[in-house]
Amino acid sequence: MLKHRVIPTLLIKNEGLVKTYKFADPKYVGDPINAIHIFNEKEVDELIVLDIEASKANREINFSLIEKIAGECFMPLCYGGGIRTLEQAQRLFTIGVEKICLQTAVFDNLDIISELAEKFGSQAILLSIDIKRNWYGKPEIYSAARKKTIKEPWKEFIENAILAGAGEIVLNSVNNDGTMLGMDFELIEEVSKDVSIPLIAIGGVSSLDDIKKATDVGADAVGVGAFFVFHGKHRAVLITYPNYHELEKLWIQE
Amino acid sequence: MKMNGQVIVIPELKNGNFASVIKMVNKNGGNAVLSSSPSSLKYADKVILAGVGSFDYAMKAINDEWIDPLNFAVFEQKIPILGICLGLHIMCKDSEEGELPGLGWIDAHVKRFKFNSEDNLKIPHMGWNTIEVIRNNPLLDRDVGEQRFYFAHSYYLECNDVEDIISVTDYGSSFASAIRRENIFGVQFHPEKSHRFGMSLINKFINFES
Repeated sequence: MLKHRVIPTLLIKNEGLVKTYKFADPKYVGDPINAIHIFNEKEVDELIVLDIEASKANREINFSLIEKIAGECFMPLCYGGGIRTLEQAQRLFTIGVEKICLQTAVFDNLDIISELAEKFGSQAILLSIDIKRNWYGKPEIYSAARKKTIKEPWKEFIENAILAGAGEIVLNSVNNDGTMLGMDFELIEEVSKDVSIPLIAIGGVSSLDDIKKATDVGADAVGVGAFFVFHGKHRAVLITYPNYHELEKLWIQE
Repeated sequence: MKMNGQVIVIPELKNGNFASVIKMVNKNGGNAVLSSSPSSLKYADKVILAGVGSFDYAMKAINDEWIDPLNFAVFEQKIPILGICLGLHIMCKDSEEGELPGLGWIDAHVKRFKFNSEDNLKIPHMGWNTIEVIRNNPLLDRDVGEQRFYFAHSYYLECNDVEDIISVTDYGSSFASAIRRENIFGVQFHPEKSHRFGMSLINKFINFES
């Protein structure tokens, strides 16, 4: 039976591992190679690594760091951050990244998805979409790089990306990010209704039960940041990942 | 002139992501040689066919230069060869993903997953799934408890000869997740992305003696 993936989601800024709070105040957490080494030992299902600076600072991708990261992984690695061209994508695949994740480039040009999907295969091209609920609680697309919401209706945006050839959707909740106070389950449920491709939900995981609930409401996989990186109410840095049997148990009472 | 350790030639078909395969081969005592030149097959102890993209794209790349040397290596020299995902697909007769014929080494057709909406199954089949080994073979142990691997595909094999199938996996219905015909091996999943399970398979492949 196909398992639900539980995916540590790591943020990189200036070569360091950071953790944000509601997409702001990145706090330095440690050395990314070290964290990935630990996750690799723990045999995690998959890894997502996002460079949160690259698009914002209009910087080139840090290929040498990513190559070192890829060198540590014997499970699928997804990278996002600053990808705009086919050449960058090709270089990422060559150094050992299995999937790439795009956001900012897609706002500027939806066709980049079809170009990439045609060349590298849909399953390797992921759309990253961050949703922020406004004062009325209504979901809006948020551009992490430009720090503002995008006017385009989010349902249409996702549908278009799927039609263009995106292989998976990475859905993050800005309001819940880093809070460890629970996920936006209503949002996950609503998005999953329209999405015919695998959906990875991220943002706010506070317990293994949250992970199960996210898949109950329609997520195929769950990305986890703070919950695997911090421990205790003082948020001390501790890299953890549940063992295989703990995860198996979560879904056994189906 | 024999090099130390098994020389595993990986044909560099364009657009490939070979880094993970190379890493895993080297970690298991093999000498991974990524080559864009078919003459490298002369030195191969074994061959791994990997790659991403689409069926026709891969077949075009093979037809350009590799097809004759590969056929010679596989059928005359009987060099063990392992096809991974798309590498497995191109060993078949044809694929719904493309127009070109495959290598035809395996009596199978590659079909696209088709599900009813009630099945609630997404395409691609993406993530960790278990395999059931149904035939003794050199790459996968039988009766050792759960074995799981990473799958990422929208197309699967429909084998005409069940004797070719060494493991099956459930997604909607049962499909062949690993095949073998003499020195030709193929896996639908990605051993290079399946940590210790993949390591075991690659290790066995490297050490396999026909």
